[in-house]
Amino acid sequence: MSISNLPLYTTTLQRFRHWLLLIGCGAILFFLVAPVLVVIPLAFNNEPYFHFPIHTYSLRWFHELFTNPVWLSAISNSLVTATLATLLATTLGTLAAVGLNHRNLPGKRLIMAILVSPMIVPVVVLAVGAYFFFSKLGIANSLLGIVLVHAALGMPFVVITVTATLGGFDMNLLRAARSLGASQFFAFRKIMLPLVWPGVLSGALFAFATSFDEVVVVLFLGGAEQTTLPRQMWTGLREQLSPTILAAAFVLIIFAIFLLLTLELLRRRSVALRGIAE
Amino acid sequence: MFTKIRVNLTGVASAVALTLLPVIVQAQSITVTAWGGAYTKSQEEAMYKPFTAKSGIKVLSQDYNGDLAEIAAQVKTGNVKWDVVDVELAEAIKGCEEGLFEKIDASKLPAGDDGTPATKDFLPGLVTPCAVANIYYANVVAYDKAKLGANGPKSLNDYFDTSKFPGKRGMRKHPSVNMEWALMADGVAPADIYKVLATPAGVERAFKKLDTIKSSVVWWTAGAQPPQLLASGEVVMTSVYHGRIFDANAKDKRDFALVWDGQVQVPDLFVIVKGTKNLAAAQDFVRFATSTTALTEQAKWIPYAPARNSSLGKIPAATKAWLPNGGHSGRQMLTSAQFWSEYGDDLNKRFSVWLAK
Amino acid sequence: MNKQPNLERRLRRAELRGQLRAYLLIAPLFIFVALSFLLPLGSVLLNSFHDPVVPEGLPLTVSALEKWNGPRTQIPPEPVFEALAQDMKAAVASEKISPIATRLNFEESGTRSIFMRAARKVSTQESGPWQPFFENADPAWGQPKVWGIIRNLSSENHTLFFLSALDFQRQSSGEISLQDEGQRIHVTVFMRTVGVALTVTLMCLLLGFPLAYLLAHMQDKQANMLLILVLLPFWTSLLVRTTAWMVMLQKEGVVNSTLQALGLIAEPLALVFNRFGVIVAMTHILLPFTILPMYSVMRQIPPSYVRAARSLGAKPMTAFFRVYLPQCLPGISAGALLVFILSLGYYITPALVGGAADQMISYFVADNIGRSLNWGLASALSAILLGAVLLLYWVYDRLVGVGNVRLG
Repeated sequence: MSISNLPLYTTTLQRFRHWLLLIGCGAILFFLVAPVLVVIPLAFNNEPYFHFPIHTYSLRWFHELFTNPVWLSAISNSLVTATLATLLATTLGTLAAVGLNHRNLPGKRLIMAILVSPMIVPVVVLAVGAYFFFSKLGIANSLLGIVLVHAALGMPFVVITVTATLGGFDMNLLRAARSLGASQFFAFRKIMLPLVWPGVLSGALFAFATSFDEVVVVLFLGGAEQTTLPRQMWTGLREQLSPTILAAAFVLIIFAIFLLLTLELLRRRSVALRGIAE
Repeated sequence: MFTKIRVNLTGVASAVALTLLPVIVQAQSITVTAWGGAYTKSQEEAMYKPFTAKSGIKVLSQDYNGDLAEIAAQVKTGNVKWDVVDVELAEAIKGCEEGLFEKIDASKLPAGDDGTPATKDFLPGLVTPCAVANIYYANVVAYDKAKLGANGPKSLNDYFDTSKFPGKRGMRKHPSVNMEWALMADGVAPADIYKVLATPAGVERAFKKLDTIKSSVVWWTAGAQPPQLLASGEVVMTSVYHGRIFDANAKDKRDFALVWDGQVQVPDLFVIVKGTKNLAAAQDFVRFATSTTALTEQAKWIPYAPARNSSLGKIPAATKAWLPNGGHSGRQMLTSAQFWSEYGDDLNKRFSVWLAK
Repeated sequence: MNKQPNLERRLRRAELRGQLRAYLLIAPLFIFVALSFLLPLGSVLLNSFHDPVVPEGLPLTVSALEKWNGPRTQIPPEPVFEALAQDMKAAVASEKISPIATRLNFEESGTRSIFMRAARKVSTQESGPWQPFFENADPAWGQPKVWGIIRNLSSENHTLFFLSALDFQRQSSGEISLQDEGQRIHVTVFMRTVGVALTVTLMCLLLGFPLAYLLAHMQDKQANMLLILVLLPFWTSLLVRTTAWMVMLQKEGVVNSTLQALGLIAEPLALVFNRFGVIVAMTHILLPFTILPMYSVMRQIPPSYVRAARSLGAKPMTAFFRVYLPQCLPGISAGALLVFILSLGYYITPALVGGAADQMISYFVADNIGRSLNWGLASALSAILLGAVLLLYWVYDRLVGVGNVRLG
C-alpha cells in the first residue's frame, strides 16, 4: 500500500486506523530523530545555556573546540586510534570472511559465533579484562592496547558485512577465471576484490565509527596521552555540561550523516556491480 | 592482497612510532595532578610557571577528584603517568602505607623565608614520610545571597533542615565530611565526632541523619561543580571547597555566601608517585612549590591557608578574612587523617551501598 | 574401476586442502581475537576466583595453619604465631606487606590496622615467644576471628568473591551467611538491571512494531527514505545521543521549557537523573535494534495470507492477530532478545542520565575497579553478567543465527 491511496472499499474505521498508524509512526520517528536534531542549533548558541529560545548565534564553541589544545589532541587521538584499529580490523576481518565463505567448513557456526561475540559482550567486561591482561603484558596505558581492543570491537562488523557481500558473489566467476588459467590468488585480486570492495569499505566504515565513538575502553585502558574525543566529552558530561561538548556533538552528527550517505552509495554501487536489481 | 599488506605494515610502523613518541616528548617535563578549576589555576600561577621559569622543566597539569585508585593502578601496572599529585591528608597517609608514594626527605625541604627550618615552619602534622603539605582548606555550606538574601542558612543545622529551607542541596559524592556533618547537625560536639563515628551505632546515626535529606541531594564529584549548581539554580545550597566560592565571586561576579559554622578543615599535600621516571625533577618541584614564596603567592589566587607559618604571616588582611582560621564563629574541626585512613575503606563501601539503594 | 578409489581420495584431499586454506585465512583473525578478546575475558574469569595474595604472601603461616587444622573457635598454637612472624618480617622487608593487609581488610573492616600494628613492630623482636608479642600488639590476635579470616583466604582459589557478589559472606567461623543490611546491594542491582532491561525491551517492541509494520508495507523507495531517518540516530555517537537527552530532559531543558511555555505545567518536571530518564534514553538508543530485524522479517511476509484470511470472513483485527502476527514472531523475538542482551550490559547511558539509585551492574564493575580497587569482586560481578549474556547469546544463536544479524 502507499500512504494516502487507500482502496475505495475501506470503511471509516479502517481509514481511522490507517491514519492513526501514520500519526503514531510519525510521532515515533519524531522521537527517534528530534533529540539528535535539537542538539544542532544549541551548538551555535552564543550563550552557555541549553534551552530555547536562542537569542544570538555564534561559532564560539567551535572556535573553542578547534583551538583548545586539550580538545585538539583529543580529536587527533581519536583519528589516529580509529584509523589504526580500522586497518587492523578490516585486513584481518576480510581475510577471515573469505575463509568463512567456504561452502563446507566444519565448525563454521562456532567460529562465526565467536567472531561476532564482541558485539554482544558488555563492553565494561571486555575493558576490565583487557585492563587486567594488558597490565601483565605491560601495555595497559598505551595506544597499542586501545587499538587492539578497538580492532576487536570493530572486526565483527567487517566480518558480517563482507560475509553478506560474499554471499551475493557468484563463485562461478572465480571458477571461470581459474579455468582460463588464473592462479587462485590472481583470481581473488582481479575478479573478487573489485566486485566486493564496497562491502569491505562498508565494514571498514562501521569499524571506524565503532572505534571513533568508543569511550569505555579508553576510560580503562587510556592514560592522559590517549584521551580521545568521546573520552574528553565524557569528562565534561560528568562534571559540567559545557557547550563545547555540543560543538563536538555536532561534528559527530555530521560525521554520522556522512557515514550514512556513504554507506547508502556503497550499497547501490555494490548492487550495480553485481548486476542485480534490488 | 599486496595493497592490503603494504597498508598494514605502514599501520604497524605508525603504531610503533606513536607509542614511542610520548617517551621522547616527555623527557623534559613532569606531570602534576590536582583538583582542577580554580585550584589548579592557583597552582599554575604560583608554582608551575615560576618553576618552569627557574628550572626549564615543563609542568603538565592533570585533573582528578581525589581517588587513590588511579594512582594505585598506575603503580600496580608499572605505568606511572603522574609524577606529583596533590592529595588530602588521609590519602597521603594511606597511600604511603600502601607503598604508592616515594619517601620525601624532610631535611632537604627549604627553610622558611624568615630562616625557620622547614620541620618547625610547617604546621604540626603537615610533613609526613611521603608528603609535604601546601595548604589547608575548609569544607563549608554555600548559598546564593542574590537569591536568598538575608534569609540564607546561618548554621550547619540549616543544611539538614528541609522544612525551613526547602529545595535541593549539593553534596560531595564521598562519605568524608558528609558523615562528620551528619553527626554535628545531630548534636555531637566536634571534639567527639570521630569517637562516635568509630562505633557501628555512630555510623548508623550518621546515615539516619543523611537519610533525612537524601531525596533532596544533587551529588557532585568535581570541585568546579558546586558553584555551577548554585549559579544554575539547580540547588538552593551546597557543600563546597571554600576557595571555589571566593573564585566564583571574584571571577564570575557572583554573590555567593558561606556558612562557616561546621567547617571541616582538610590539609592538601604533595606526594610523588612511586616509580616515577622523573624522580629528581619531581623532588625539585615539591621543594620549590612548598617554599614560603610559592605558598604566599598561591594565596593571592585562592584563599586557602598556607601550611607554613612564614607564609601565613605574609598574607594580606583582606585575604586573611577568607582563610579557614580567619576568626570565624561557629563550630570547626580538623579532619582526622588517622580515622579516615583506618575506616575509610569500610565507610566508602557502606556509602556506595547507601547511595545505590 | 581402478580409477574410482584414486578419484575419491583425490577429491577428499582437494576438499581438505580447500578447508585448510579456509582455516589459514581465518587463523590470523582468530589469533588476534584470542589475544585481544578471549584472553582478556579469561583474565576476568580467572580473577573472579584466583586470589593468591595470602597464600603467596604468608606461605609459612598458611602451611602451619593447615598442619594444625584445629577448630575455628580456637586460636592456633605458638608455631603458627612464629610462622606468621617470619612471614611478616619477609613481607615488610620486601615491601609487600600492604597488599596482604588490604586483602584481609576487604573481608572484615579493621583487620588492616590489626595486621599492620603487628607488622610495624615485628622487626623489633628477633625470636619467640610470638603469641604474647602479637596479643600485645593488638588483643584481636588472641581472638579466633582474625585467624578465621586468614584461614578463609588460605587457598589460592576460592569462591569468596562470588559470595560477595551475591550478597553473601563467609564468616571467620567458616559458615556462609548473608551480609549485613548495610552491605547488601548486589542482588538488588541485579534485579534492577533485569527490570530495566525488560522495561526497555518492552518499550522498544511497542514503539518499534508499528514503525516496522509501516515500513514493510510501503513502497521500497519511500521505505528507504524513512529508513534513513531510523538509521541516522543509529549511527550517531552514543555519547551524542545521551548528551541530547541530558539537554532535552534537564530542568531548564527543551522539554520542560516547552511544557511550561504551553502552560501545561507550572514547575519543571524531574525528567532526568532518575529512572524515567534512563528508560527514555535507553529506549531511544536501542529502538533501531528492534525495528531493523522486525522490518526485514515483515518484508518477507507475503500479503496473500492476510488477504486469504479476509476473504474467508476474518475481521481485520482477527486476521492481524491470528495470521500476520504469528509470522512476525521470528523478527520480534530476534529484536527483543538483542535489545535485552544489550541493555543488560549498559554502562554509559545510566551513568550519565540516571541517579545514584539507577545504576546497573556494569557501573558496579567499573566502580569496584576504579574506586575500591577490588579486582576480585569486579571480576565476580563481570563473570555473572558475562554468563547471563552468553547464555542469552546462545539462545539467540539457536533462534536466529548470528550470521543473520542485519546492519541495515
